[in-house]
Amino acid sequence: MAAVVLKNVTKAFGKTQVIYGMDLVVTDGEFVVIVGPSGCGKSTVLRMIAGLEPVTSGIIEIAGRVVNDVEPKDRNIAMVFQNYALYPHMSVRENMAYGLKIRRMAKPEIEKHVARAAKILELEGLLDRKPRELSGGQRQRVAMGRAIVRDPAAFLFDEPLSNLDAKLRVQMRLEIQKLSRELGTTSLYVTHDQVEAMTLAHRMVVMNAGRVEQIGAPLDVYLRPATAFVAAFIGVPPMNLLNGRIGEGVFTLGNGLAIKLPQNAPRPPAGTEAILGVRPEHMEPVGEPDAALALGVETIERLGADTLAHGTFDGHPMVVRLPAEARLEAGTRLALGLVPDEIHWFDPTTQQRLEFAPR
Amino acid sequence: MVEKRPALSFLAYAVLSLGVLVVALPVYVTFVASTQTFEQIVTVPMSLVPGTELIANYTAALTSGSEQASSAPVARMMVVSLVMALTVAFGKIVISLLSAFAFVYFRFPGRMFFFWMIFITLMLPVEVRILPTYEVIANLGLINTYAGLTIPLIASATATFLFRQFFMTIPDELAEAARMDGASPMRFFWDVVVPLSRTNMAALFVILFIYGWNQYLWPLLVTTDQSMYTVVIGIRSMIAGGDAATLWNIVMATAMLAMLPPALVVILMQRWFVKGLVETEK
Repeated sequence: MAAVVLKNVTKAFGKTQVIYGMDLVVTDGEFVVIVGPSGCGKSTVLRMIAGLEPVTSGIIEIAGRVVNDVEPKDRNIAMVFQNYALYPHMSVRENMAYGLKIRRMAKPEIEKHVARAAKILELEGLLDRKPRELSGGQRQRVAMGRAIVRDPAAFLFDEPLSNLDAKLRVQMRLEIQKLSRELGTTSLYVTHDQVEAMTLAHRMVVMNAGRVEQIGAPLDVYLRPATAFVAAFIGVPPMNLLNGRIGEGVFTLGNGLAIKLPQNAPRPPAGTEAILGVRPEHMEPVGEPDAALALGVETIERLGADTLAHGTFDGHPMVVRLPAEARLEAGTRLALGLVPDEIHWFDPTTQQRLEFAPR
Repeated sequence: MVEKRPALSFLAYAVLSLGVLVVALPVYVTFVASTQTFEQIVTVPMSLVPGTELIANYTAALTSGSEQASSAPVARMMVVSLVMALTVAFGKIVISLLSAFAFVYFRFPGRMFFFWMIFITLMLPVEVRILPTYEVIANLGLINTYAGLTIPLIASATATFLFRQFFMTIPDELAEAARMDGASPMRFFWDVVVPLSRTNMAALFVILFIYGWNQYLWPLLVTTDQSMYTVVIGIRSMIAGGDAATLWNIVMATAMLAMLPPALVVILMQRWFVKGLVETEK
């Protein structure tokens, strides 16, 4: 087990800059999830740590040793690939043993390691099968087994669950969580699925277009997103973001419609431009006189546990999360109030979070 | 098409039977001729019933060849042909595997240049470059040697290209996983690439064995000594010119013998051959 440290790491493919100066410290035993939309450079970061991709500038340290010029096999790390990358002609046992065999470990020693990994992952009955005889979930477990047998300093997961169907993904997510708790090995996990990030991470790194937007514990990121991008990316459905200008007790949008701000809600000084952010779950139906805004409901999604109402306000699409039993119909107007402490403000030019003292 | 119409299926069988007849009749006539005495063959019309001389003819062919035309025993020719076909097939596979591996998994200066150089030779079949090749082989003193027979045929753009295409379908992650597992490139080659190419190699072996076995022009040029004749050349040399009579029964027996190994290779490796052309195990 070991810490993984990135110091001002950059990456360029030819003239295309893909990673702009990334700093990250993954402490010993920590489970860090890098999350971002596709093409944001998150997999590149992982591949640089693995040694599959050279670093353009900056330093990568694993267990206190600079590994920029160290071959992948000497970095003492193991990687789980998105498409599993199991050797198709080898049995499950051979797949897991291959890395150890190359390291010239003694046969009985290998057997012991494989047996232990198989036990942890409940693969004991499948050891003599070929990968093509396994289901997707089982293949994924074998891929993890191949990482576990090596007893590496750190695990790298590259979107390991994205080839699985939705139900299996939930199940494997829980298994990975359990596994990481049992093994306590430093892990870096790349995904575009913010639910995986929220549930697995001790800390998560939100990336966008080659830059780190925010690093923090999942709940902190959810509660206090550092940028408008993070606000929109983390949370399902995403936070509603509205561009406008602060007036006297109101927030006026581009086309002239206004949102009545709650009396004591923190807000920028009157006259400034800002982005107002409010999560779908932080609006509630109220009586017409107290309403902050009235939303023209266009579609309703009943999810069972709750109900999502989609509509437009001043030309902006908006979504509200309502209780399951909420009675409303498409085409009606819904009067909504804002929860004062749950209003987020962002700077329209820098996209950064703005903080104001409560009034 | 799955239709139940008697007339149609009758027609289908008629066409199929005709096809079989066209393909099989010459082979059958060859076989019949190889079992008859010389006198029986030259009578007109020739009998289409197998004769009695099967063992005698084949023994004569294998041990002494055709006495009228100067010729080595067919057994010797078969050995030469076998050595040539096997060397060409294995040589091509080994060299093509290695060069395709280099092209797909390594970045080196001039990589594309070399690939295209090899690829362009596809346009130049053996017959086109046969004279310069002969010059080179003759100057190296390789006339009437196995090396002279096989080496010019071993370099193969087709097989290199085929393996390259196959390797490019192996997911990159497999190479990366092997790298993380600590496998050197050659280790990856032996432990992963070669086992995955098994069926392709088998299919290619069948094609190349037959290609090597059936070579005519090149062995004709590069062998002058009867002891280095391949069986295909041997058949030709048994057909005497001028006044001497050709022992057609012995020639036919030789032809049957010459057909045997390629047929055996196809029959024995049929399963692998089809597999290699159809499925890829990834």
